[in-house]
Formats: sequence, C-alpha cells, structure tokens
Amino acid sequence: MKILVCISHVPDTTSKINFTDGDTKFDTNGVQFVINPNDEFGLTRAMWFKEKQGASVTIVNVGGPETEPTLRKALAIGADEAIRINATPTDGFFVAKELAKVVSEGNYDLVIAGRESIDYNGGMVPGMLATFTDANFVNMCIGLEIEGTSATAIREIDGGKETISTNLPLVVGCQKGIVEEKDLRIPNMRGIMMARKKQLTVLEPSTSESHTKIASFEKPAAKGAVKLVDKDNLDELISLLHNEAKVI
Amino acid sequence: MKPDLFEAPDYYQLDDLLSEEHKLVRDAARSWVKKDISPIIEDYAQKAEFPNQIINGLAEIGAFGPYIPEKYGGAGLDQISYGLIMQEIERGDSGVRSTASVQSSLVMYPIYKYGTEEQRKKYLPKLASGAFMGCFGLTEPNHGSNPGGMETKFKDMGDYYLLNGAKMWISNAPFADIAVVWAKNEEGRIYGLLVERGMEGFSTPETHNKWSLRASATGELIFDNVKVPKENLLPNKSGLGAPLGCLDSARFGIAWGAIGAAMDCYDTALRYSKERIQFDKPIGATQLQQKKLAEMITEITKAQLLAWRLGVLRNEGKATTAQISMAKRNNVEMAINIAREARQMLGGMGITGEYSIMRHMMNLESVITYEGTHDIHLLITGADITGLPAFK
Repeated sequence: MKILVCISHVPDTTSKINFTDGDTKFDTNGVQFVINPNDEFGLTRAMWFKEKQGASVTIVNVGGPETEPTLRKALAIGADEAIRINATPTDGFFVAKELAKVVSEGNYDLVIAGRESIDYNGGMVPGMLATFTDANFVNMCIGLEIEGTSATAIREIDGGKETISTNLPLVVGCQKGIVEEKDLRIPNMRGIMMARKKQLTVLEPSTSESHTKIASFEKPAAKGAVKLVDKDNLDELISLLHNEAKVI
Repeated sequence: MKPDLFEAPDYYQLDDLLSEEHKLVRDAARSWVKKDISPIIEDYAQKAEFPNQIINGLAEIGAFGPYIPEKYGGAGLDQISYGLIMQEIERGDSGVRSTASVQSSLVMYPIYKYGTEEQRKKYLPKLASGAFMGCFGLTEPNHGSNPGGMETKFKDMGDYYLLNGAKMWISNAPFADIAVVWAKNEEGRIYGLLVERGMEGFSTPETHNKWSLRASATGELIFDNVKVPKENLLPNKSGLGAPLGCLDSARFGIAWGAIGAAMDCYDTALRYSKERIQFDKPIGATQLQQKKLAEMITEITKAQLLAWRLGVLRNEGKATTAQISMAKRNNVEMAINIAREARQMLGGMGITGEYSIMRHMMNLESVITYEGTHDIHLLITGADITGLPAFK
C-alpha cells in the first residue's frame, strides 16, 4: 500500500499572531513552525500502517524552502521520502490542484490529510483532493483500518460516530482520534540520522491558479475588563446586564 | 506537579544561528523532557531515587555520546548538538543531565579518545544504547580540586594490574556497569582503567542524604585489591591531561545545561508574575519584579551567546580549557542566581515541589561545585590571562 500524507507547516499553537502589509499578511517574525497537529495524527497512523502492514509512506507539502525543517522532522519520525511543491500555498483550491497531480502521478492508494490546518483553517483541501483524483472521501476521520483494498473508517458526527465501509483509493481528512496524543512520536536519534539520507524531492508547481485572495485579517477584540458580582446580589447583575452590557 | 507549560526564551533570535538539524535534535530532546521527565521528576527527587526507566529514552534522543561516530553507535553529531541536548535535559533536571554528561563525556569520550579499537568496539555501542551505564572516578576523599594528588594506585602484577584506593562523589556509581578509573602506576603516572562491576574487591556504596541532585545516584568507588585485566588500561593518553580532557568535554556540556535550568526558572517566574495578583494587579506589573525578569533574560541571552560561540570553537577544535572554564563558571553562576531570584518571585509557592524552581536551585549547588569549583575556574582564567598559576 502506498500512502501519501499531506503535511502543512503551521505556526506553533503558542505563537503570538500579528499581521503586516496592511493586515494582509501573517507576520512570521519570531514564530516557530510545527507539523499541523491534524496532519501529525495522520502521519502517526500512517507509521502504524507502515510497521504493521508494510505500507510505504511519502509526505508532501506545498510551500517554500522554509517548510523543509518540518518535512525533515516528519522523515525523522519515519516517513520514507518527501516531496515539496515549491510554491506559496495561496488557497485551498491551488493546494488541492497541486497535490492532485502528485497523487495521480504517484498512484497512491491512500491519502491522509488533516481535516484542516490550524493556521488558516480552510478545511477545503481533503475534499477537493478527493474530487480531483476521483477517490473516495471520508472527512472528520477518527479511526481507520485497511484490509486489502477495503477500508473501514470512523467519522465523527454530531453527538456520535459513524462507521463507513469504502474502498481504496481513498482520501481521509483526519483529526485527533485517528490516533491519540499519547501515540504521537518524538523523533529519536536513529530517525534523525536516517532522515539525513532520505530523499526530499522539490517539484515546481504546475499551475498558479487560485480562486480567492486575502483582503485583510482582523484580530478578535481584546478582552474587556471583568466585573465580579457577588452571588447574593442578583439585582446588580441584572442591572449591569441590562444597562451596561445591554444583552437583556 | 503543575503541567509543564515551558516555552523556551530566545530573545536574540539565536535559533537563526542553529542548523536545521540542531533544531530537530533540540526539539526532540525538548519534547521528550516534557513527556517523560517533567511528569515524574519531582517525585523521584523527593524520594531521592534515580528513575531507571528513563535510560532507554535518554539513549533514544541521543543523549549518550551524540558526538561519537556512528560506527561506534554514536550519532556523529557536532558539539552544538551535544550542548543543546544537555540544555534540554537540564531544563528538566540537572541530575538527569549529570547522568547523561557522565555517560557521554566522562565514559564514552575517554574510551573513544584514549582507548584501543577493541575497547571502542566492546564498550561504545553498549554505552550509546544505554545497555551499559558508566561512571568516572577521579575525585577522592582527600583530593578534590587537586586531583593530581590522587592516592589510588595500580601495580603491574605481570598478568594483570592490582588496583587499590577509593573515589568519592561519583555520579552513576551505584548502578554503573563500568567505571573509568584514574589511578597512578608505580612511577606515579596517571592512567585510565576500565573497571567492571563484578570484579572481585570492587564495590560502589551509595551516598545518601544529599540536598541536591536527589534524582541522580551518587556513590563511592572502592577498590580493594581489584585485579584489572591488562587489556582494560586506556593506553593512548596518560598524565593528568587525560582526565582533564574529559572534563573539558563535560564542562562544555554543563555550560549549556545550566542555561536549561535557568530558562526553566525564568519561564516559570515570568508566567507566575503575570498570573499572581497582589494589590489588584499582576506582580509582573511592578518594577521590582520586572527588574528581576529583565535581568534574568539579559543574563540568559548572554549565556546563550557564550555557549554558542564556545560550541563553534569546539567544532573547529580551537576551544581552550580556559575558555571552557569561563563558560562553565559564568553560566552556572548565572543559573543559580536566576533560580534564587525566581524562587523569591514565587514566594511561598517557590518553596514547594509544585514548581521546579527550588529543585533547580538546590541542584545547581552541586553543579557550581562539581567539574571544577566556581573558585577553581576563576583561578584557571586568572592563570590563563596572567601566566601566573595561583593554585598553590
């Protein structure tokens, strides 16, 4: 089984978010980047398929050279090879188009992507990628088993779970649950040493087509001051909610 | 114990000075410390017990001889990588870092540098994987700052060497499989001998009731007519310069390690200062607390630059013993001062084991003493700049 895991290079969750260029660009100064957490859950599941079922695992990213440390970390965790499509990921459509070309040319049986990246939270790529490659698609995937060409996937739905039987080729948009946080792997020294020798292929993009453009970013309003009201003073609470907050 | 919320300070964007691989190695060590050290270390320190279960993890992140070539089981990394691993481990606990320092710099390093090819092949892969743990015997009850005065001696008996003497304050001694022991031959020349657990007359009683490095095992090495096979002598270097070469490597690691302890104390105090409300505002909004924090980050940044530059010099084979002394001395003092100030910022909370600060503070009392005391390093710098040794 050939598995392709899509890896986004995203700011660490503790990063301070600022914008530049008239609030149209994310300010990367001083920001640490990590593997998108949803993708890391998927990569960890792919490693399981590699070790238990002999699958090969390729990782792919659409991004500039600055994303290579993130790819190298995924190789150190155990992926076999990496592909970087040398382009700025302008929108979900563009990224899905570029990935679709890699998927088709590489004849992957299973594509695992995070259901969304935690930077722009578009959530579009897995679905579009399945459409462009004519593959089956399961989103919000929290469990995945493969046997031969059959797949059983568990999907999170409102208030419960849904178990789906489908076939390869398959694209899954995964999230925490496909593996748990305790299953995530820290690259060990052996893995880091091996990652030095693994292939990282850089491909030029085939199109520059994108359909959306960021007009501007805006941060949520800063939290206001908090007023504490004694639990026995409900009249004051109601008065504040009515007269000051004007919510009742 | 509170959850480990550590965020590493990098005020001068020193990450830009590191390679992609440096950061990968460091981040792996950092993640491992968060996962496997932070949740357990306070408990082990309180119990004064070494957490044996972490040995495998230390080996996995490359903490044992990262700069030893791959053909001997090492990772073939550079000196900065070694420093970064030590920094991250000491961010968790100086005692755990001590275990890794000893294994790397004081056991694997002398076998690699001064040993035969047979000795390298026999011991280094097992030491790198943690299958064998080692310790280093230089200090004696009557000879601390003056190791050249050592009394431990060995005699050539034809088929073997007969070793007699005692070593003290030896990290890893209680569980070590092998000891690199420095002893004088009949002519008074110092050599390294590899003494294995189980050799008759060799014992390693544990040192109890330490107030520092409580999660690290310390002991004595006692040699009572131990017959050491002749092939266990490290032949390629003798004299006091041989053990001092190992100390150069270990002190370099300590210069980085101390930054880790300081970072943890600073990060804890910074977070606490923003959360702790007194007089209706966070204590971090007061000038006296800001002075402490601003001085801490300034000192950490200076120490980081010193360590990084020393790493470059080590990589180029140009770092001198005196340069290493300066970094060890400066960075450990920096860390212990930050630990003490941070302890005060946390008030009573800084006293309890809920926060790591007081554990770091007590650990650093050992770190400022071992591998050359704070004062001896000053004299090394003094001798270096004046050309006039003031030891005697």
